[in-house]
Amino acid sequence: MFLGKVFVTLKKSVLDPQGDTVRKSLHTLGYSMVEDVRVGKYIEVRLNSQTREEAERELDQMCARLLANPVIEEYRLEVEEDDGQ
Amino acid sequence: MKFGIIVFPGSNCDADCYHVIDQVLAQPVEYIWHKSNSVKGFDALIIPGGFSYGDYLRTGAIARFSPIMQEVTEFADKGGLVIGICNGFQILLESGLLPGAMLRNDSLQFRCGPVNLKVRTNKSVFTRCFDQNEVIKLPIAHGEGNYFCDQESLRELLEFDQIAFTYCDREGQETPDSNPNGSRANIAGILNRRRNVLGMMPHPERRAEDLLGGQDGARVFASILQSFEEGCR
Repeated sequence: MFLGKVFVTLKKSVLDPQGDTVRKSLHTLGYSMVEDVRVGKYIEVRLNSQTREEAERELDQMCARLLANPVIEEYRLEVEEDDGQ
Repeated sequence: MKFGIIVFPGSNCDADCYHVIDQVLAQPVEYIWHKSNSVKGFDALIIPGGFSYGDYLRTGAIARFSPIMQEVTEFADKGGLVIGICNGFQILLESGLLPGAMLRNDSLQFRCGPVNLKVRTNKSVFTRCFDQNEVIKLPIAHGEGNYFCDQESLRELLEFDQIAFTYCDREGQETPDSNPNGSRANIAGILNRRRNVLGMMPHPERRAEDLLGGQDGARVFASILQSFEEGCR
């Protein structure tokens, strides 16, 4: 078993009003060192692929087809072995 | 002219569209469940508003892979008329039948109320009953209607006259103040290159009778009917 972790974020060129609102809120709390906030999604996918390479390849396809929208989003993925617990 | 209304789990403007086609346009209309594998016998398809699949992942992202969307895509590829309203527009974007994507409203608020729209082109089967640059009023109701596309796509939309409606003020000026969601170039509705697919965030079916404030919306459906009848002659 493998555990895939997918991080989906808005592209740098796309404004993130949610991140901007969180940034302002952090400033209100006194965290003046905060320069920028981007809000994204974290998705866990458990796969019973044969090898890590296969899991990575399949997960990459899933991201391109459904998990992320390439018009506005980019993604990064990690695959690790998982004992299913 | 027979209309089909695609129904997903979470669609909630399907009955409004049905009412307008049946009672205002007086044309035959049927619901099409999303698991159906056929759109045979229909002359135009409506993808109504709502929250298909609870807007999970992204608005329209799951609906796009419904069995019926394969049929809708083939129907559109053959030149069939497809109109997506609100969530229907989002589904058409996710399906790749229209260019671009929707972002959350820049205000982060769900926006609900009447807006002024400019008819940017009346050279389409969906807008021919309007005057060019006419200012009309339709209601919006969405949290993710902030239309986004890259510079190249926007250039193409302009070059090929694919922008159907824009948000504007009462005088028809496309000002930042009249933009309810942050949409690029105040875009409220767009056509595909072939001009047989329209996606729009405002709801024409909610303002199609005087009882509901006006008939501007009815003219979108009247345009479709008129185009179809001329094509049949």
